Amino acid sequence: MTRINVTVDGVGYEDEVEPRTLLVHYLRESLGKTGTVIGCDTSNCGACTVHLDGRSVKSCNVLAVQADGHEVTTIEGLAQDGELHPMQKAFHNCHALQCGYCTPGMIMQAIDVLNENPDPSEEQIRVGLEGNLCRCTGYHNIVKAVQEAAGSGAKEGAQS
Amino acid sequence: MTAVDDRPKTEIGSARKRKEDQRLITGRTKWTDNIQLPGMQHLAMVRSPFAHAKITAIDTSAAKAAPGVSLVLTGEDVKDIQGSLPNAWPITADQKAPPHPSIAVDRVAFAGEIVAVIVARSARAARDAAELVDVDYDELPAALDLKESAEDAVLAHPDLGTNKSAFWQFDSADAGTGTAVDDAIATARDGGILIEREYRQQRLIPAFMEPRSFVCDPTGEQLTIWSSTQVPHFVRIFTAATLGIPESKVRVIAPDVGGGFGGKLQYTPEEVIVTLAARKTGKPCKYTETRSESLLSAHHGRDQWQRLTLAATKDGTVTGLKVDLLADMGAYLGLVTSGVPILGAFMFNAIYKFPAYQFNCTNVFTNKTWTDAYRGAGRPEATFAIERLMDELAAEVGVDPMEIREKNWIKHEEFPFTSVCGLEYDSGNYEAATARAKELFDYDGLRREQQQRRDSKDRVQLGIGISTFTEMCGLAPSRVLGSLSYAAGGWEHAEVRMLPTGKVEVVTGSSAHGQGHETAWSQIVADRLGIPFDDIEVLHGDTQVAPRGLDTYGSRSLVVGGQALVMAADRVIEKAKPIAAHMLEASVDDIEFSAGTFKVKGTDNGKAMAEVVWAAFTGHDLPEGTEPTLDAEATFDPSNFSFPHGTHLCATEVDTETGAVKIRSYVCVDDIGNIINPLIVEGQMHGGIVQGIAQALWEEAVYDDQGTLVSGSFVDYTLPTSADTISFVTDNTVSPSTSNDLGAKGVGEAGCIASTPAVVNSIVDAVRPLGINDIQMPCTPERVWRAIQSAGSTQADPTTGSAQPHFDEGAPNQAPPDPSSSASAEGAGQ
Repeated sequence: MTRINVTVDGVGYEDEVEPRTLLVHYLRESLGKTGTVIGCDTSNCGACTVHLDGRSVKSCNVLAVQADGHEVTTIEGLAQDGELHPMQKAFHNCHALQCGYCTPGMIMQAIDVLNENPDPSEEQIRVGLEGNLCRCTGYHNIVKAVQEAAGSGAKEGAQS
Repeated sequence: MTAVDDRPKTEIGSARKRKEDQRLITGRTKWTDNIQLPGMQHLAMVRSPFAHAKITAIDTSAAKAAPGVSLVLTGEDVKDIQGSLPNAWPITADQKAPPHPSIAVDRVAFAGEIVAVIVARSARAARDAAELVDVDYDELPAALDLKESAEDAVLAHPDLGTNKSAFWQFDSADAGTGTAVDDAIATARDGGILIEREYRQQRLIPAFMEPRSFVCDPTGEQLTIWSSTQVPHFVRIFTAATLGIPESKVRVIAPDVGGGFGGKLQYTPEEVIVTLAARKTGKPCKYTETRSESLLSAHHGRDQWQRLTLAATKDGTVTGLKVDLLADMGAYLGLVTSGVPILGAFMFNAIYKFPAYQFNCTNVFTNKTWTDAYRGAGRPEATFAIERLMDELAAEVGVDPMEIREKNWIKHEEFPFTSVCGLEYDSGNYEAATARAKELFDYDGLRREQQQRRDSKDRVQLGIGISTFTEMCGLAPSRVLGSLSYAAGGWEHAEVRMLPTGKVEVVTGSSAHGQGHETAWSQIVADRLGIPFDDIEVLHGDTQVAPRGLDTYGSRSLVVGGQALVMAADRVIEKAKPIAAHMLEASVDDIEFSAGTFKVKGTDNGKAMAEVVWAAFTGHDLPEGTEPTLDAEATFDPSNFSFPHGTHLCATEVDTETGAVKIRSYVCVDDIGNIINPLIVEGQMHGGIVQGIAQALWEEAVYDDQGTLVSGSFVDYTLPTSADTISFVTDNTVSPSTSNDLGAKGVGEAGCIASTPAVVNSIVDAVRPLGINDIQMPCTPERVWRAIQSAGSTQADPTTGSAQPHFDEGAPNQAPPDPSSSASAEGAGQ
């Protein structure tokens, strides 16, 4: 077992973990952060995307021990004081989700896309979200939501 | 301060943002895998690596001794209690099917079948222990190729003596709904046009985003089962039927479910196993599959060979269609495995007026994962076949493919129209949808550009693909299901509960998993009862809360369940009227209800619904003999299907040097009757279109010659990404359905049914001048490139060659070809 210190959604945690524990398992099983979900076992789907020190990572592709000393933001930590993040609002406004399983990861990745490029073209949005799979929406409305969020300054609300 | 009433005039038709979203965008969703209960045990499965093998020994001693392991189960341990998984659709009286164990006992019949189960204190302890189970197998020859299996070359289940499960036929002459197809074919051979083709419907995987997860909590004698299922009511019934547990002791909850697409329309081995484990350990048990397990063992879809013969006159008027299907069941019959091809039986004639039609289907076992419902279930296969054939006919006649469709389709003034299958199409206007689609698409402009590129021998050729589809949805009239030997009915249930504080609970027996029922149902009730949208709560997916229901699949929820809701709401009004009349000191006959208020006709004298609800709740002063409640329920069994339709147009650019296909634009105009929520409808279309495009271009479940699924992860089973797809142009025309009061038709499967042939037609259209008339799906760059390379030469081409083997000498599709009618073979055999 290895001791780690990690801040998740603004709360500090100190835990013993098996070295093989994936960050996503640590989040879900040790911290109860079940907003972050698992969709595959080959790091293709992106459902488990979170921010590690403000950059998006697939939390199935990071060991919990690698998060030691770092700050993690999950979908559950996005809304501040009851106010939804602009990207969350945009997903709601644009009907960018149906079953909602990919949504947490998709929103986290979409915020990262805008952090990289606040004014992306449709093509840049599509390439930026390529690592996140959605089976319901055909991506049409997800792209629209990112465009809407870009217009409303979603970057400002992002964790850094 | 007076609140501003910014509610839309009617909720129905307004683009309400979804109620469901709040929990989904904040990560507060209740997925089955999120459930943690005290003392919970976790399961891991040991699965067969072989497609077909005898189990000669299983050594579980090391696994049993591993830390945290409370139980290890093998087929031998449970063979007397696990029952056999159900098939609800024996399509013929003599249908053959092997027993379907949840844990294989002495033989495995596909790679991925469960042979042992570990129950342990954590998921990781269970997985670690699963590695310690030692299974000895004697490999048996495996039936893998569908056509070879149909010949019984190798038996998937030696005890059955054959791989053929059933043969099912519909013949319009026998049914009295049309004439004899063989006559039409014979006539066409002699001076008409005969289009003979064989198409492959590759095997697909539903690939819902949420892997399946099951929890069973045994509290006393009661079992509570959480399941990521589309069909909690089915799971309850089949838990009782399979395991002999009284239905009254089983509660099934489908919490938030992350997509299904038919893939979660099943009663699964894993549900049985979790239940058995919970009963044996007395502890809550959970199993969540990995993605690889999901792709390997959750049911697959499609997988057919379609032999098709279309007879027409010289001018392109279709005179008959004969369909001969081989359908791959895989290793077992799941819930509706055997019936899926039959769901397509009545759709090959599509929107057209064919005088003669025959459908033949042979269901065949192989040693592969079993197939079952996948978005569209039978209808995408049928639509693909006929829409591809209509393009081939147009090419043969030498006219625009839209023209050949117009010549044959049902005119709008001919509705209701009884098809050659005897189905009554309720309403439609193919002309209007097509005109609008062509306008949005700039059809004529793209045809001109196509001609220019052809003339200039552009390396990148432009193709235009058409799909004018219809489907039968809203499953289903129970009497029809009964006549097709389906074990259950097709009704749906709803209840409206008027709470004393003015809020409303709506209970529905359909079980949403992304469709947005909570929003759409609220809109319907809001209009019907004049209640604010936000005051309505929709409850579903729990057999204790919604005890009656037949769940969600087959684009049925709105047109069947929505109608039940309308009926229940109307009953609330009828129950309220005598109370309102009493309160207003008027005669019941003088009471009218609108916009939430009961009024005495011709006066302003009225009582709001909330006041009547309160009066009913207190019961202080009700008319003699009145029940003190307004709550009402209704069960609706449709008298007919509804028949949405649409015109889908796809433009693709095909690079003739690399075979790369790029979708340039996609327009669809769908007629799904009246629309409750346009936002949700558009979303359904987008998602459906992409799933259909994915079949055309990318997805295929591929087995190697050992029977191993080689596309067993998301690395190899290539779902479309945002970068692969484009934005779509969608619009609607409206021909209200006549089979329900909402005038609505289903939309859940429409996009997926329509888009596949539109895409393939466009690719074939782009390269047709090169002498190509088919490319097998998925139309990968390699396949397109090979087709182009081999076109016009004698070089064998595995793609197009295997797509049309029945044109080989001596293997005619139907009767031996008459040498005098060369028309049939001319356009066909490349």
